[in-house]
Amino acid sequence: MSAELLRVTNVGKSFGGFVALDRVSLRVRAGERLGLIGPNGSGKTTLINCISGALYNDVGEIHFEGRDITRLPPYVRARAGIARSFQIPKPFRSLTVLENLQVPLEYAARGRAGARRATDEALEMLELVGLRERAHEDSAGLTQVDMRKLELARAMAAKPRLLISDEAMAGLSSTEVDEVLGILRRLNDAGITVVMIEHIMYAVMRFSERVICLDAGQIICEGTPESIVQDAGVQRAYLGA
Amino acid sequence: MKSTVFWGALATIFAAGLALTGVVQNEYYYNALYLILQGTLMAVAWNVLGGFTGYVNFGSAGFFALGAYTTVALNKALGLPLPLLILVAGVVGGLVGVGLGYLTLRLKGVYFAIATLAMSIVIETLVVNWSYVGGAKGSYMLTPDTHLWFDSYIQMLFVVMLLLTLAAVAISRMLNSSRLGRGLSAIRDDEVAAECAGVPTLRLKLVSTSVMGAMMGVAGAPFPYFVTFVDPLSAFNLFIAVNAIAMPMIGGTAHWIGPVIGALLLGTTQEIVKVTISSEMNVLIVGVMLVAFITLAPQGIVGLARKLRRGRPK
Repeated sequence: MSAELLRVTNVGKSFGGFVALDRVSLRVRAGERLGLIGPNGSGKTTLINCISGALYNDVGEIHFEGRDITRLPPYVRARAGIARSFQIPKPFRSLTVLENLQVPLEYAARGRAGARRATDEALEMLELVGLRERAHEDSAGLTQVDMRKLELARAMAAKPRLLISDEAMAGLSSTEVDEVLGILRRLNDAGITVVMIEHIMYAVMRFSERVICLDAGQIICEGTPESIVQDAGVQRAYLGA
Repeated sequence: MKSTVFWGALATIFAAGLALTGVVQNEYYYNALYLILQGTLMAVAWNVLGGFTGYVNFGSAGFFALGAYTTVALNKALGLPLPLLILVAGVVGGLVGVGLGYLTLRLKGVYFAIATLAMSIVIETLVVNWSYVGGAKGSYMLTPDTHLWFDSYIQMLFVVMLLLTLAAVAISRMLNSSRLGRGLSAIRDDEVAAECAGVPTLRLKLVSTSVMGAMMGVAGAPFPYFVTFVDPLSAFNLFIAVNAIAMPMIGGTAHWIGPVIGALLLGTTQEIVKVTISSEMNVLIVGVMLVAFITLAPQGIVGLARKLRRGRPK
């Protein structure tokens, strides 16, 4: 049993009268591959918004590596080692693909970056996701698929200890899904903890060691991928029985 | 542009400015050049926040007037020399800029732009009611007798303004093509994504607003000596604010050279029109050029040049 990396305790978030997260608690171990599933609007993205700091939770606490990060601004969390991709790609549109990676390399990963030049490292990561030849193009001109790859590469460039991938595979072909799974797997082998939000069940089943299913802001089931798909609650809420 | 080329160009321009004062006597030219340089400095300053960081500031005249009235007040109170006045005006502008930076926490886009305009009006109201600096009547500035080795005071002011403008261009270039500049671009494109990439957005925005404010304060500091009579109407002139926006827009806001090109083009045209046609035509010219560029080349001259270069077959 390896050390605990992330602990979410009783986290709640409401938007007006709508309860997006209803006292959610979960733990992520260092080096784990966790899948997060649930129907649209179940609170998956809100949860990772709270973890990454893009939103502040109303109640509850979040600890990362034993440190209370509940009220820390997102950039401090990024520097501490939490990186995420966005479900709807948010590239820095006026920058080139390469510069998009330089930003997290120069900010989030600063200090942990080592002596190598940011541009060299950025190129290496672009190679990994297959965007190497687009390095000097404007990121605004990328296709949707390439933008998703850029999202993932930018999260990787922050050199995180915890990488949260928010539907990085939506719209990708099955070959590309396998590619991205391969990338995430290699990152995980290198010691990075990965939380994956995904609707493609094939990817979730293949990748995750453990799966958590959210519905209406609550965790309704947690277990191995095999046990999750057998669960009656999950079938009713998400998979459709 | 290579660093050596850039610094060489700056040095050459400064040397040419100095040489000019040894050759040309006619004071009108220094008058015109001073105004063009003042416009350039304001445009470069505006672009640090408006172009690099993506926060549109309509209140440039307020910052400019802060600089001008810092000079009026401190000249009257302490009789400080010009270099010191410029320094203090920069500090005052920078501090108010920090205040403006905190506004970005709550206000974005058009709301921020309106707030800057409101801030400018508030400062103007304060000045109008501050009789020590002349209030609404304005106040006269005596041109000092000393003007170093230059033939006239306006020649010296021109050289001072040239130096300040070149310094601002150098700072702007440094900001644009550095880690800091990439951070600012990230803020402009998407603040949430920037934060999640580790960019301390508030701190960087404060840097941006204070640099902008300081540069504008500096631009306004020599103004009372230039016009010799300052009143709120001239110091808070809307035209100053409009020019500060129009020049970067025409030149292109993404690159540091954009506001320089726009300011030289627009400023020179304005000065020529002022003497050949009429000074009232100026306003029309800014308007027409702005409309033309926004419809035909929304990325400004720099953007247009980039597009043409990219369009060429490789």
